[in-house]
Parts: sequence; structure tokens; C-alpha cells
Amino acid sequence: MSSLTLTLIKGAIALNFALVVAAALVYLERRISAWIQYRIGPNRVGPFGLLQPLADVLKLYTKEDIVPYNANKAFHRLAPIISIAVALAVLCVITPASYILLEDGTKLFIAVAPNVNVGFLLILALTSIGVYGITLAGWSSNNKYSLLGGLRSSAQMISYELAMGLAAVAVLMLSESLDMYQIIASQANGRWNIFFQPIGFLIFLVASFAETNRAPFDLPEAEPELVGGYHTEYSGMKFGLFYLAEYANMFTASAVMTTLYLGGYDVPFLPSLLGLQEGTLARVLFELAIFFGKVSVLLFLFIWVRWTLPRFRYDQLMNLGWRVLLPLGLANIIITGAIVFFVR
Amino acid sequence: MNVTTNTRAQRMSFWEKLYLPEIAKGLALTFKTMFKPKLTRQYPEERWEPLGSYRGRPVLVLEEEGERCVACGLCSRVCPALAIEVQAGETEREKERYPVKFEINMLRCIYCGLCEEVCPEEAIVMSKDYDIVFHSQEEAIFGKDKLLVPIARLQERLEFLRQYK
Ligand code: SF4
Ligand code: SF4
Repeated sequence: MSSLTLTLIKGAIALNFALVVAAALVYLERRISAWIQYRIGPNRVGPFGLLQPLADVLKLYTKEDIVPYNANKAFHRLAPIISIAVALAVLCVITPASYILLEDGTKLFIAVAPNVNVGFLLILALTSIGVYGITLAGWSSNNKYSLLGGLRSSAQMISYELAMGLAAVAVLMLSESLDMYQIIASQANGRWNIFFQPIGFLIFLVASFAETNRAPFDLPEAEPELVGGYHTEYSGMKFGLFYLAEYANMFTASAVMTTLYLGGYDVPFLPSLLGLQEGTLARVLFELAIFFGKVSVLLFLFIWVRWTLPRFRYDQLMNLGWRVLLPLGLANIIITGAIVFFVR
Repeated sequence: MNVTTNTRAQRMSFWEKLYLPEIAKGLALTFKTMFKPKLTRQYPEERWEPLGSYRGRPVLVLEEEGERCVACGLCSRVCPALAIEVQAGETEREKERYPVKFEINMLRCIYCGLCEEVCPEEAIVMSKDYDIVFHSQEEAIFGKDKLLVPIARLQERLEFLRQYK
């Protein structure tokens, strides 16, 4: 099998997996929010309401697609595509498990694009493109609420991307590599970065909430003041794409955090206790389970926080981004740098 | 003038200003809530049984020998939404008059209960029906077939009326 077909197959699996996860997240979000509010949530479609996302998608597909008369049609159509494409593209460098050792001695890496030496930079770059989706959606709709939502989101994303990058720099100093595989390898045997970088993790977490436009930072779509924000003028499956992109973004953000701070697919001692050799299929399955277990914990945190905290005010948001997270991130880099310099 | 001294923000302690402990408290609260008993009623299966004081859709009282209504037209006259139409006819029975046609347009009815209040015969009362559904405007006009309800099923409301009206 040529490496191209192999990559395409892995990519197709990753894409479909992410979309299914996004759909499942919509269901979980509704269920967990219901539990937090003394309700039960969707429980009618299929067993436990598990088929609810399917029904939702079906509904979205049969809806009329309304485009405002004065909208910029091309960009109006392009915006949701950018949003979802970027959210899914990040998956290519995510490394959910190590590799399988084939009989002829070559390693079959599980990541879609393994050993990209600028892996993490790629993620930062791609997520920044995500802003275009939202900003274009706001601008092309020719609606002031959409425009304000789009503007807010670009301001927010740029502010928080900075803090996010700074937090990540400290991690990269420890791992001395941008390759996702190396980053995970540097945290092997429980030397997870979250223990060395608690503040960095916190900054990254908060910035991730802001990057994915999730509460308490969901200002771009603040319903009471902006009607629906950037997606006010979207209907049918175009709206559905934005919706899906939000959850796909949550998924990738959780995967990135797992890689950077929670040791990726690493658990200390367990693999050797179970006698799982590196490079075997069993080991890879085990690693996948660990990785997605950690990701699920973070995803639950995303949903949990959304239904707990109220939305930030816009000035508070900017305050937090520029006057708290940014200096903290800088201090974190300096301290980490000093320790790395003197200890090593 | 804006008061800028001794504001709530200034009175917060250091830990409160850090937000994080407070956020943790909030998260703990919502986490506990997740496992509390739910308040949801599973509607079509689990139905709510209203009390006698509930004003559901207006119905006509049906006795053994027929409806109580004497077609005086007062209810139709008083109805603020002009929802009732009554046509009177003569009958052999003691009450002499009866409604040939009695229709309530349920799209117009606002469940005010004035028809019930004005009726001299206690012939129209508010029932406990609250899920009233129809698929067309014609269907929304309830004739005598749908309005007549045996008196046995309206006892609670009649008792309530006797006590409080
Ligand atoms: S309840 Fe009110 S609105 Fe309805 S029929 Fe009686 S008087 Fe008219
Ligand atoms: S329901 Fe009562 S008020 Fe209305 S016409 Fe009959 S007797 Fe008169």
C-alpha cells in the first residue's frame, strides 16, 4: 500500500470519527445540561435518546436554506465551510496512539500525518484561520448583529491566541520539540506537563474555552444582545455546520490539551504491568482508549463549565486576556526558562 | 454620579478576586445537582391531574335526559372572544328550549370562564382538559358532539363552583 492511500484511509477514519464524536457531543451537551438543571433531556429518539443527533441532522437538512437578499452570496456560503474544514484539519497532526511495528520492521504510525516536525505550529496556524470563518460569516450576512458578533470573535480569538501560544511555549521548552509524537514521548512514565506547568495548563485551558467560543467566553453568539451572533442569518445545514464546527473544535482542543499537558496516551506502569509490548496492536488499542479517555474528561469539563458559569462581559474578557493571562504566560515562560537553564 | 469607592469588587477578598476557588465551588454545586432527582414529568405517559379550580376547555353538562343548556344565549353574549354560537330550538321537555346548535371556536376561546360564570343553569363549565389539539381551522370548531360531557365527570368542578362562586 502506498503511503498516500494509507494517509487517505487514516484521514477518512479520523474525519468520520470526529464528526461522530461531534454529533455525540451535541447529545451529551443536551443531556448534561438537563441534569444540571434538574431535567432529563432528550430521551425519546431511540434508546436513551441516543438517536437524537440523527434526528437533529435530518431536521436541519429538510429546513429551508434562507440567504439574505443583500448578503454576499459567495462568502456567505464559504464561511461555514471554512469553520468546519479548519476544525477538522487540525486532526491530521493529533497523535492518539504511537505505532504498530509491521513484520518488515517499518512502523505504521497511527496519526494521520505522523512526525510533522512543526506539528504544534500547524495547529496554531490552522486554528487562527478558523477566525476567518466566523468573521466572514458575520460580514457577509449584511446584518449588524452578525457583524458585531464576527468582530467580537476576531478580537477575542486574537487576544486569547496570544496567551495560548505563550502557555504552549513553556511546554515546548520542556519537550524541546514541536512534533506531537516527541511532545508525548517527553512526558512518558507520568512526567506529565500538567505537574510541571500547572499555571500554563490553566492559561491554556482558559484560552481554549475562548478559542472554541464556549461559555463563559461565548460572546460572539451572546443571544441576549446579538440575537444569535455571527450565525444569525444562517439556516438549515449551513447553521448545522457552524454548530458541528463548535463541537469539532472542542474535540480538537481537548485532544491538543491532552497531548500537551496530560501526557497524551501515556499512563505510568500500566502497559508494562499488563505486558503490552510497544508496537503491538493491543498496545495501540490500549493507548487509544487512554487518549480518548483523557479527551472525554476534558470534553466533560467543557460542557460542565458551560452550564455553570455566566458569560463574561466584553471588557472583562479583554481584561482577563490582556492584563491577566498574557503577563502570567510571560512570567511562566521566564520561570520555566530559568529552571530549565539552571537545572539542566 | 458613579460611586467608585467601596464597591463590591473592592470588598472582595484575595481568594474571591482570584475567581478560581469560587469557580470550583460553582462547579461542585452543578456536579452535585447532576445526581439529584429530576423534576421532569414524562408528559404523555405521566399526566398532571388538575384540581377542581382549573380552567380547562369549556364543556356542556350532559345529564341523563339530555343537555342542561336552555339556549338562553347569555354565554355567547358575554364571551369576550366571540367564540360561542348558540341556536335555540323547542323541546317537549320541561325546560322547553334546547340548543339545536352549540359551537365553540377553540381557536378564539381564551379560557376566561365568563361563560361558566354567567350561565343561569350551570350548563357550561370549565373542564380539566388542557391538551387541545387540532390540525385545521375547521377542526377547531367544537360542536355539541365534542362539547357534551357526562355530569359524572364534572362533579369536582361543580362542587368547586358551588363553594366559591
Ligand atoms: S371561556 Fe371565555 S372565551 Fe372561552 S368560550 Fe367561555 S366566555 Fe368565551
Ligand atoms: S350554556 Fe348556559 S348561558 Fe349558554 S346558552 Fe346554555 S344555558 Fe344559556
